[in-house]
Amino acid sequence: MSNLFNIDIVNPEQSFLSKDNVFEVVIPAVEGEIGILKDHIPIISFLKPGIIRVFSESEEQSFYVEDGIVEFKDNTLSVLTSSIFDLKDADKNFVSESISSAEAELSKDNIDDQKRFLLNHKVEVLKSISIN
Amino acid sequence: MPSLDDLRKRITSVKSTQKITKAMKMVAAAKLRKAQENAEKGRPYSEKMNNVILNLSKSITDKENAPKLLVGTGEEKVHLCIVLTADRGLCGGFNTNIIKKAKNYFEKIISENKTLKIITVGSKGYDQLKRQYKSYIVENISFKESKNINYFDADKVGKIIIEKFEKNEFDVCAIFYNKFKNVITQIPQEQQIVPLNEDKDDKDVSGNDNDYEFEPDEDEILSNLLPKNISTQIFKAMLENSASEQGSRMTAMDNATRNAGELVDRLTIEYNRSRQAAITKELIEIISGAESL
Repeated sequence: MSNLFNIDIVNPEQSFLSKDNVFEVVIPAVEGEIGILKDHIPIISFLKPGIIRVFSESEEQSFYVEDGIVEFKDNTLSVLTSSIFDLKDADKNFVSESISSAEAELSKDNIDDQKRFLLNHKVEVLKSISIN
Repeated sequence: MPSLDDLRKRITSVKSTQKITKAMKMVAAAKLRKAQENAEKGRPYSEKMNNVILNLSKSITDKENAPKLLVGTGEEKVHLCIVLTADRGLCGGFNTNIIKKAKNYFEKIISENKTLKIITVGSKGYDQLKRQYKSYIVENISFKESKNINYFDADKVGKIIIEKFEKNEFDVCAIFYNKFKNVITQIPQEQQIVPLNEDKDDKDVSGNDNDYEFEPDEDEILSNLLPKNISTQIFKAMLENSASEQGSRMTAMDNATRNAGELVDRLTIEYNRSRQAAITKELIEIISGAESL
């Protein structure tokens, strides 16, 4: 029996990625990374800034996401996100711009702990991208 | 009776108008295809979002403590209306239809002695509403500068709504836009987004009661998701609107081109007739002049 399932990544403007031959997807859920294999129980969660890794038979793809919602049901993983890009076509300028804007946000006083945590995390992930 | 020269001038002027409307029609047709494509591409996102919210709201047992964006504030005194229109005119009844629909709603609210607040998106809507409802308009947003409809713009509107909701500035929020059915028909829509109305036509989803695992718990996911849903709904409305606008403009310009053609035909006949009349008159003058000699 095959151990493959479907993934749909959509953003508001269009369907970003749709594949039916992936065997594992690692998503940066808000309470920690989740690896999803076939026949995972139905789950709904949302994302924190991080890297989605999609392992299919032929290749491995990585995408940076900022936020979004994931739903897994009937062996279909749906990712709804408004900000996503493929790590392969990461734009250096855009990444460094995002880092500096996040850092600027961080230096403000009136943000709560949760937001601070998310922003710190975002900076971390973005920095790891720009190094590679 | 207009002189020959006048007629000739009118014919040329109508002809050049016809050229303009023809060009506008063709531009609208090209834009329509793109707008339609965009609307179709954007559909999966809003559909999936709807599904997730539906599944979530079903699994919420504690209705009392559910997020207010979902169940409402318990009152419905202050209504906020978002009227989405185009930034340009010359598109037939497109803007007027939305405004008409919105005005009906406004009158109902006012006659029930409730408070009305209006946000207009798009300059044409503001122009038409400011005469009658100036005092109710709290904000006027226009995206004239952005060439394409993007999620970023919709998100801006969404954030304004959320901000107002958190400040308890309204209880119920509805949006008005045109739904694109086909090139000839666009249906003005009124859609309530706060509190969220459960769609009646989504019955098929209720069939499968999957037991989801939620991480973190339902409430937290919902309170994260609902603001996004508002932006998504606005975005969907904007996409539908832009397809409708181009479709409406195309039809209007097609009609205008045809009418201009008819007018040219009529004017040409009139021109030829008066030319012939002038010639006949001259001939009669010459002949009767010759006879009298």
